[in-house]
Amino acid sequence: MPAALAVRDLAKRYGAVTALGGVDLEVVEGELVGLLGPNGAGKSTLVKIACGLVRQTAGTAEICGAPAGSTAARARIGYLAELFRFPGWMSADEVLVLHQRLSGSSGGERERTDLLELVALREARGRRVEEMSKGMQQRLGVAQALVGTPRLLLLDEPTSALDPVGRRTVRTLLEELRARGISVLLNSHLLSEIELVCDHVVILLGGKVVAAGTPDELSRPRGIELETDRGTRMVEGTREDVPRVVADAVAAGELVYGARTRQSTLEDVYLEAVGGETS
Amino acid sequence: MIVGYVLREALRRRVFAVVLLLTAVFLVLFWVANHYVHGELRTLQVPQDVPVDARTFASAFLGGLALFATMFLGVVLAVFLTLGAVRGDAERGLLQPLVVRPVGRSTFLVARFLGAVAVTAPYVIVVDLAAVVITGLTMHWWPDRIATPAVEVACAVAIVTALALLGSIFLSSTANGIAIFMLFGAGLVAGLLGTIGHVIGSTAIRHASTVAAYLTPFEALYQDALRQLTSSTTGLTGFLLQLGPFGGAYVHGWPVRLWAAAFFVLVGVTALLAFRRRDL
Repeated sequence: MPAALAVRDLAKRYGAVTALGGVDLEVVEGELVGLLGPNGAGKSTLVKIACGLVRQTAGTAEICGAPAGSTAARARIGYLAELFRFPGWMSADEVLVLHQRLSGSSGGERERTDLLELVALREARGRRVEEMSKGMQQRLGVAQALVGTPRLLLLDEPTSALDPVGRRTVRTLLEELRARGISVLLNSHLLSEIELVCDHVVILLGGKVVAAGTPDELSRPRGIELETDRGTRMVEGTREDVPRVVADAVAAGELVYGARTRQSTLEDVYLEAVGGETS
Repeated sequence: MIVGYVLREALRRRVFAVVLLLTAVFLVLFWVANHYVHGELRTLQVPQDVPVDARTFASAFLGGLALFATMFLGVVLAVFLTLGAVRGDAERGLLQPLVVRPVGRSTFLVARFLGAVAVTAPYVIVVDLAAVVITGLTMHWWPDRIATPAVEVACAVAIVTALALLGSIFLSSTANGIAIFMLFGAGLVAGLLGTIGHVIGSTAIRHASTVAAYLTPFEALYQDALRQLTSSTTGLTGFLLQLGPFGGAYVHGWPVRLWAAAFFVLVGVTALLAFRRRDL
């Protein structure tokens, strides 16, 4: 079975500006991939090429084996843009009806009810978009992206307008989608969110992949955190070095209260990868 | 489905309510104008040796004025329904969720056009026929052709709609609105210049205005529609009407109509190709 998203040597230039400079990326079935990088790294461009909004300059992007942007590819994706808006006069239900018809979904009222329940908007079914909070609109956007049961969900900053409860709702939803075998490409600035839910992380900088792997693969031992009567400090070493480090401290007359090995967090990996680039 | 979406959006934004109200105001004012002109005509003394039918002249002039006003209102309606259809809606984030769906960009653009024309064409035809009825009942004069001018002006507005959609692919809403209205105005000025050129016999002005008429076929269709209002009016009355500004066309007939159709297809194909390649 072809990958949900397969990107090979993908490049995009806007005049003299290179947004993507040869990116390789794959999202397999049921995989949740997080896309990280500072502003201007090319994350949104990559997502837009995948859903056919932007044409690549070079390289290929395929959705379940079909060229990105083709009718077959568009029939298999769900997309939530970073900046999106639904007509204010439409109700939540009407937005979903419109997208059901555009995507050819035969899910009917049952699908709409399930989706609204999934994003905790069941009570707001008849409410107009203009009467919704930004967070509710964002969750409606996620529900809209799920219309027609897409094979690949492309989410561009889906939690940017959500409060902590809303973020947890989306996180739980993403885990449920993964369990259903739906692949997700999640573009987000929230490192903790990516770390919590993603199977695979890709870090972009200047239109190129600078780091990629599972969160565990990316994290590295940072040393041993030693807590003594003289304070807490980091000492170089791995788990095997803990007894020696403790013994050295005791020999030096310190009272040891604790010793723990520390792994680098995704934030450490990200900051190391992007250097001084701001997000 | 997208046509319905466009119509519902226009309905919800109260576009129709505003348009209907202003149109009613226009028709009432037009009736008042007809009423007073009719009153003045009863006291007007045309010299015995001047073979002019004053009632026909005044009525055809008013009919031409109504045709211009109808076209102007139709163009305003068409432009405001389409000026932000692509880039404007993309900048507001309204377009992207729709065009990533399998329905496709071409279908979307055609539907936007049909949605706008479904509003403007009936509007132009109904308002024009209402104006004809007002003139007919008040002035007791009916144009030589009734249906064809209304249809031609509706087609002229459809061409402006297509141009506005094409412009919306490249320009922001404001820039597109300004560009289309300036183009519309340029067409009208060229039409008036052409009339003057024909009256004074200036070859240069006639040539320039003919080129302008073919570059702005919506104006040529409007001129052709004007001409048909008095196509069977002859003599000095017919001649005076041809002097304009609501008299008739120096470029007219099937060549203009066929070119207008070709121009429309050209604009439509260009818009579809440009939209397919446009990054959103």
